[in-house]
Amino acid sequence: METLDSTTLQRISAIVASHGAKPGPLLLVLHDVQNALGYIPPPAIPHIASALNLTRAEVHGVVSFYHHFRSEPPGRHSVRICRAESCQAMNGEVLAAHARQRLGVDFHHTTPDGQFTLESVYCLGNCACSPAVMIDDELHGRVTPERLDALLAERSGQ
Amino acid sequence: MVPVIYVPRDSGALSLGAESVARAIAAEAAARGVQVRVVRNGSRGLYWLEPMVEVDTPSGRVAYGPVSASDVPGLFDARFLEGGSHQLAMGATDSIPWLASQQRLTFARVGVIDPTDIANYADHGGFRGLRQALSMAPADIVKAVTDSGLRGRGGAAFPTGIKWQTVLDQASDRKYITCNADEGDSGTFSDRMLLEGDSFSLIEGMTIAGLAVGATQGYIYLRIEYPHAQRVLGEAIATAQRQGFLGANLLGSGRRFDIEVRMGAGAYICGEETSMLESLEGRRGEVRVRPPLPAIKGLFGNPTVVNNVVSLATVPLILDKGPAFYRDFGVGKSRGTLPIQLAGNLRRGGLVERAFGLTLRELLYEYGGGSASGRPLRAVQVGGPLGAYIPASQFDVVVDYEALSAIGALLGHGGIVAFDDTVDMARMARYAMHFCAVESCGKCTPCRIGSTRGVEVLDRIMGGVEPERNLRLLEDLCETMLHGSLCGLGGMTPFPVQSALKHFPEDFGPRGRN
Repeated sequence: METLDSTTLQRISAIVASHGAKPGPLLLVLHDVQNALGYIPPPAIPHIASALNLTRAEVHGVVSFYHHFRSEPPGRHSVRICRAESCQAMNGEVLAAHARQRLGVDFHHTTPDGQFTLESVYCLGNCACSPAVMIDDELHGRVTPERLDALLAERSGQ
Repeated sequence: MVPVIYVPRDSGALSLGAESVARAIAAEAAARGVQVRVVRNGSRGLYWLEPMVEVDTPSGRVAYGPVSASDVPGLFDARFLEGGSHQLAMGATDSIPWLASQQRLTFARVGVIDPTDIANYADHGGFRGLRQALSMAPADIVKAVTDSGLRGRGGAAFPTGIKWQTVLDQASDRKYITCNADEGDSGTFSDRMLLEGDSFSLIEGMTIAGLAVGATQGYIYLRIEYPHAQRVLGEAIATAQRQGFLGANLLGSGRRFDIEVRMGAGAYICGEETSMLESLEGRRGEVRVRPPLPAIKGLFGNPTVVNNVVSLATVPLILDKGPAFYRDFGVGKSRGTLPIQLAGNLRRGGLVERAFGLTLRELLYEYGGGSASGRPLRAVQVGGPLGAYIPASQFDVVVDYEALSAIGALLGHGGIVAFDDTVDMARMARYAMHFCAVESCGKCTPCRIGSTRGVEVLDRIMGGVEPERNLRLLEDLCETMLHGSLCGLGGMTPFPVQSALKHFPEDFGPRGRN
């Protein structure tokens, strides 16, 4: 297991401290850690647990429960394809299959060059403009396979 | 007079290129030496016209859509700043039939105002409800909400006033208002539109709730899948705090109420109220046994109001205009209006707020324009992933709580997802089980394990393996999940599955599948 360097440890401590005496702050802390580091490193769990007076099992249980929290570093860009009903009604599964084929990885995996992490998501709230894709924080509607290729190409060098 | 141009920053409009349109308008105006003011409003919810650009003219706002960046020079040439005619011109926004026939009560300001501009909000009736509530006794605020007939718009449709009364009646020095903004149902986006188009109405509604029940702290539990809503809401809350509409001294009254936003983390089950409370407390989103009700023992063990975004955002107008105004829309036990969301395979998807009484057929065809694909509509799922699939033979059902329940369907949060005749209903039944398996909190065996088994049984049926035996097994499994699950996720997953089996049995036979 990787160990955390002191800078990372300090960042985590600062994150915990920033939430002061707020009740039940674990998800707030986990979101901040993931936003800062891109993921929640497993060695961070004992430190977070200790700082919040929780057990390591409790913290691990929360990290593993929620689909959004990652325990591994992500690619440079996240590509979230909606797999829910409204997008399915507009050929969303064809788009999903195309994404797998185009990126050469299955869902919940990162391309070997570290550029893209492909994820399933269940509803982006863009259901009048299905099918929907979120790339990083950017929402895209009525996405065709061709449009997805263009969006990926725009980000391939970055 | 500097021309005012409206370009939505609603995320649906952004998803179709609204940002590049806003940039193009600014650039074109600069290039032509024309001064303009661009206002970023919410969406009117006419998504087939987005990005929909509006211009203020002496005779009111006129709309153009759908606009792309390349259309902008031509719009300037056509003098769109004066409402000039153009291929994309839709005329006066309020006269567009799709919009003119609606009854926008909760959504009155969405797409009209800049959601971060508090003065703009106040100019459109904002905070009148709060001022009214500040002058009323708590019991009278609750009575107004009860008398309005407002029922929870999240999906459970529980009378809001009764919920508030229960919390008011609890003797506790600490109570909470929580807003469930975990709008996870496919086919739903009304909460998102409201958060991105009229955040202050939610803030005002939660504050009124606090005054009614004796709570001084509110939490909004917002989906992590809604980053734009998070940004707009954050700006609105900060502005409200700066200007005394939130904080220790509301409008100089000496009363206090504040709001904190906490983001979800991708768990559909956290839309269930007790799972949401667990998540707010920093725990796994496991469903709690009830009793006790959250109204009695909720967040951190305290009496808690849990309400949906639309429910809370409707409260200000009830206090402002009086309960009878809202109650007099609608029929029977379904009072007021519901913001219905048209989604999936439709030509004209979007937001339709009307008093109850429309039929599904009217929504699908008169508003929705029929299928986007041009093929016949075959199945419609109303009420999200746990809602029944409705066949064309039942499209004349009235879309209200009681009428849908009478045909074994449910209204839920008001999302309507349309499928054309290329839909494979066995695949949709399988998806219902798969979704349950992915999103199960894990507490109940029928949900946690039953959903996985359901996927396997459906795979066997679709593969032609002992279909009769497996269909009986599927039916038995559905009954177990229905009766053996603690919450609606496991308990209602059988609804889409059984409705697919009942109305589309031909899809479950063995046949060539790709």
